[in-house]
Amino acid sequence: MQRLIKSTITIIFIFIIIIFYISLGKENNYDTVNLVGKKIDSIELQSFNDEKIVNTKSFKDNNFTLINFWASWCGPCRAEHPILMNLKESRSLMLVGVNFKDKKKNAKNFLDDLGNPYDILLKDENGKKSIIFGIYGIPESILLNKELVVIEKFVGPLAKEDYEKILEEIGEK
Amino acid sequence: MLSNLGNILLFSKVLLSLTIIYFSYQCIKSSSVIIFKKIYQISLLQSTLVLGCFFTLIAAYVVSDFSLINVYQNSHTAKPLLYKISGTWGNHEGSLLLWIIILTIFSFLFLIYNNKHPKNYRLYTLIIQNVLILGFLFFILFNSNPFLSLSPIPKEGLGLNPILQDPALAIHPPLLYLGFVGSSIYFSAAIASLITNYSEKSFAFSIKNWVLISWGFQTLGILVGSIWAYYELGWGGFWFWDPVENASLLPWFAMTALFHSLLVLEKRNLLYFWVIILCLITFTLSVTGTFLVRSGILNSVHTFASDPSRGIYILSFLSIMIFGSLFLLLNKYRKENKLIYSNSKETFVLINNWFMMFYLLTVLVGTLYPIFTDALTNNKISVGPPFYNTVILPVVVIFLFFMAIGPKAKWIKNRFDNLGCFALFLFLALVVNFFIIYFFKSFTILSNLVIISSLFLIFSSFFDLVNSILKSRFDLARTISHLSFGFLVLFIGLNHNFSIEKDFNMRVGEVKSFDNYEIQLQNLELKTYNNYKAIIGNLKIKNYVLKEERTLNPEIRIYDNPQTLTYEAAIKTNFIKDYYLTMSNIDRSEFYNIKFQKKPLMIWIWISVAMLVFGGFLRIFKNAKIN
Repeated sequence: MQRLIKSTITIIFIFIIIIFYISLGKENNYDTVNLVGKKIDSIELQSFNDEKIVNTKSFKDNNFTLINFWASWCGPCRAEHPILMNLKESRSLMLVGVNFKDKKKNAKNFLDDLGNPYDILLKDENGKKSIIFGIYGIPESILLNKELVVIEKFVGPLAKEDYEKILEEIGEK
Repeated sequence: MLSNLGNILLFSKVLLSLTIIYFSYQCIKSSSVIIFKKIYQISLLQSTLVLGCFFTLIAAYVVSDFSLINVYQNSHTAKPLLYKISGTWGNHEGSLLLWIIILTIFSFLFLIYNNKHPKNYRLYTLIIQNVLILGFLFFILFNSNPFLSLSPIPKEGLGLNPILQDPALAIHPPLLYLGFVGSSIYFSAAIASLITNYSEKSFAFSIKNWVLISWGFQTLGILVGSIWAYYELGWGGFWFWDPVENASLLPWFAMTALFHSLLVLEKRNLLYFWVIILCLITFTLSVTGTFLVRSGILNSVHTFASDPSRGIYILSFLSIMIFGSLFLLLNKYRKENKLIYSNSKETFVLINNWFMMFYLLTVLVGTLYPIFTDALTNNKISVGPPFYNTVILPVVVIFLFFMAIGPKAKWIKNRFDNLGCFALFLFLALVVNFFIIYFFKSFTILSNLVIISSLFLIFSSFFDLVNSILKSRFDLARTISHLSFGFLVLFIGLNHNFSIEKDFNMRVGEVKSFDNYEIQLQNLELKTYNNYKAIIGNLKIKNYVLKEERTLNPEIRIYDNPQTLTYEAAIKTNFIKDYYLTMSNIDRSEFYNIKFQKKPLMIWIWISVAMLVFGGFLRIFKNAKIN
């Protein structure tokens, strides 16, 4: 019995040390600044209007994709909306909206009032998927190229300067 | 030059530690009944050199010698002198030097103050302690050397993180290190005791003051850290169950269990192996905490620049410590055959230890669980306050009742002849709790149970105090500590129940009203200081009922080196309550986010912890007097 106890204690300690060792090799610093230049993994999000699942891999078909995270309850999202409506005119840019932790009815009213700039509209009801994109809060937008590499990250509402920058990046200026 | 001097001193220290180990071993083998005089002399020299080494680094910080990478990375010429000095231990490399100082000085003091104990026991303690010193010295020399030089010499340094430029933070690390690095001495003593079979009551006697010293400083370190978090981090709380806070709490539970079980070993010559286990796990938990923080596995306000090679080194060191001591312990372990009567003081001390182990395991599981799930399943989760509050709070209620009853029990065989008193304390606690519910209209089962149990402990300890004064048989240290702990839990409970928190977005000139209060953002002021600019809010708070008016000035600070934005809370403290106000700007708008909190009895929480420590130090002085 005593041998069993001794072995169990030793095994527990070995297990803990192994876990610590594995953890050492892991990237723990969650920093969205590092996101620029990194490739977006295959992330699945639900379509806003139906149950269809959209994978970020499908964005490869576009030259550039701007993913905008927004909600009807977010004041600054309302402020940046005219910029998004302007970006809608761009030919080489696909605009993807991710409705973040929102009520469907409110989100619909928001788009009915201000216009729908998005080519694809998705939703992230509990906000968990957005974390994988490195989203801290909303509004935030990330600009991807054809290889799904993040070229720019915009924290906070898109301003006029950001609009100019996006056009410059996609070569429409 | 300072770089060379520092490195020479570090290398000399390695040589001195090796010499001490060599002579100690020679002395053990010799027939001499006393310890060689030269061992004392070398130990004294070792302590002097380590202080010299530390002062060299402080000097480099004071004169802003940027030829040292460490000073360049963590200091700046415009920094106030106090923060230049505290910058010495505000970073990974410098703080390791502080580790070495404490290891060395505790080693020396243990050697000279324990002269009544067997020679071999003292020498083995010295050897083990010097092995620990060597372990950390090699870590410093080959991985984290604060004396590495830089060429060409930069004209200016990068500065110290502004939130660390604070008086409380200047003393928080040294206090905490005295606590958990101090526990190394009874880790070494426990190993020495196992090697030399020194398991007498007097072993308990040789370490008990060291346990109390480290416990006292650990508690003070946690207190100062909490006060700093309260006024600096701007959340209005003082304990966040942050993994690194938990890392400081784990050895604290082990130390608390240890000095209670030492009482049983000292009085009854029982629980020897349990005491040894506690000695070993206290320091092991301290090194584990250091590993978690320094390796970058945990992220928190305490995060040091992450470097996996540091992690590998500390993990290897930790593994040797754990498996070495485990091997020795399992080999030496013998079952104790003495019986403990279930109604006795010994049992109550054991119950205290069970509770401490329960808290320790809860916090340990909560801290390590996210690391385990991430390592095994790649799933990042965090264990937050709801887990700890749900698991720990109900158990605290029972713990406080035992804490009140335990000290009144007698050794060996107890008979409670004071049950009437306990009934009276419970009745009083219920009455006071009833008045709290009646007058302040606040009731939740758990928080009221916490209040009742803490009141029960307070009345009981107060009775002990009066009784011991009447009988002139003082155990003031224990009574003060238990009484303070009761008050601590009571004040935390009341503070939690009666705090008010409101959040507003306000423009300059705007007024908001809520409950009995009115709050106005009167104006903003811009001031320029030596190393930062500040936007100072002028907010007036009116309480209609108390006809009270206060002006609070929270700040948004923009530091130059490194460029950082910090939010400074404005706090008005009195004996009844704290008003706590923070202000932050909202990007691209004219609004400011104002967070107002009323936090009752805050100052009494700090005072209770200070009194708890006072009780501990009182015990040390009493023990020293008996010696």
